[in-house]
Amino acid sequence: MSTAVDGGAATAPERSEQSPARPQPAFWSTVAAVMRKELLVELRTLESVPGMSLFAVTTFVVFHFALNRGSVEGDLAAGILWVTLLFAAILGVNRLFVADADQGGFDGFLLAPVDRAAMLVAKVATLLLYLLALELVAVPAFSILLLGPSVGPALPGLLATLALGDVGVAVIGTLVAAMAVRTRSRDLLGPLLTLPLFVPIVIGGARCTAPLLEFAHRSGPSGRWLATLGVYDLVFGLLAYALFDFLLED
Amino acid sequence: MSAPALELSGLIRRYGEREALSGVGLSLPPGRTLVVFGPNGAGKTTLLRVLATLLRPHSGRVRVLGSDLPEDAWAVRGRVGLLAHEPLLYRELSGAENLRYHARLHRVSEARVTELLDAVALGGRADEPVRTLSRGMVQRVAVARAVLHDPELLLLDEPYANLDPAAIELVAPLIGVGGDGRRRTRVLCSHDPGRDLAEADLVLGLRGGRPELLADAASVTPAEIAELYR
Repeated sequence: MSTAVDGGAATAPERSEQSPARPQPAFWSTVAAVMRKELLVELRTLESVPGMSLFAVTTFVVFHFALNRGSVEGDLAAGILWVTLLFAAILGVNRLFVADADQGGFDGFLLAPVDRAAMLVAKVATLLLYLLALELVAVPAFSILLLGPSVGPALPGLLATLALGDVGVAVIGTLVAAMAVRTRSRDLLGPLLTLPLFVPIVIGGARCTAPLLEFAHRSGPSGRWLATLGVYDLVFGLLAYALFDFLLED
Repeated sequence: MSAPALELSGLIRRYGEREALSGVGLSLPPGRTLVVFGPNGAGKTTLLRVLATLLRPHSGRVRVLGSDLPEDAWAVRGRVGLLAHEPLLYRELSGAENLRYHARLHRVSEARVTELLDAVALGGRADEPVRTLSRGMVQRVAVARAVLHDPELLLLDEPYANLDPAAIELVAPLIGVGGDGRRRTRVLCSHDPGRDLAEADLVLGLRGGRPELLADAASVTPAEIAELYR
């Protein structure tokens, strides 16, 4: 069934030609607009960063009593630190796209003449900021509650390792959150998909961090494990860039 | 005569096995209004989402503003405004913050945000979170968002829902006339033939995703539309 209407409403003027689309905003302007919106929403709701930080500190307290020892060092310290940070990160990952899915943010973004990769970059950058805020609380708390050796000498190596780990967590977290958020069991599916993908980050991060957290503090982070973390970040960065556009489609 | 703003033929869109739209075809010139009637679940919202490039058609031809969907959807984005059931506003942000966000995405000046908030009589409550506004006020902000970038094609899903008569008077000019003073090309979903038939140039009646009625508005009676709901 098909028909055309060109007789009715004789006074209706027709646009003489289809006007061209308004020029696209620059990629980084779009990234900035989305990030600004993300941070505003987080400031209003305080749903992610406070929860992540509180979770990390509480976990350190639980470890303090569960291990029944005043301090930890080396492999054990590195393992506790990385596992706690990654579990805390999952809280932020789970919330990353909830407002967009529940309040029409995806549709609003998809209607705009913008590069969709800008949302990926903005979400990864936002999650990185959340992780930075988490670590500003969690690392000092870990140092006070559990860590035997002083964290001072380990700081340069620790920061480099955390930075590489954070990039991986942010990229994988954004990719998985975008996949899970439109499913009915998103609260379950997010962690189930994220945790296995975080395992190489735990391994690499803990291997790099363990020598830094020994009393003797003999060496810096292993170059081999730092490179492994870097390559893992790169692989998932490329994967996320390739897949993200499809994940936004309904 | 200029090319049609909308050209559909044999449009099919499925959700799983179920056909939400089945064989829809029509042509609408620029500056005209297509009003779509049909009971709940008839496919009206799905049709709007396909035209807005938010859903891919599974079969048939869909040409919007001279571009074929889904291949050339990028050429359509930014030229279409959608007023859906959901307001597409972040509840924790204020009306002004929401509109400024969309203005940045559409490369529209912030002066336009103020102008539109004043036009929907919400200038005084522009900085209050959307979650604190009444449903009618949220709908007014949503109208401002939909026309913020002065779209060539406006897709409206029950645009007057939740609005009192005074608010309808405020938003009607915004969704009726474009920034250049010309009548907008519109697709309007409605359950109210008493009001919306008068705005129509072309009427499409859907039932179960199938087009049961397609005719020039002048030849359609309210009784024919009421038949769609029986």
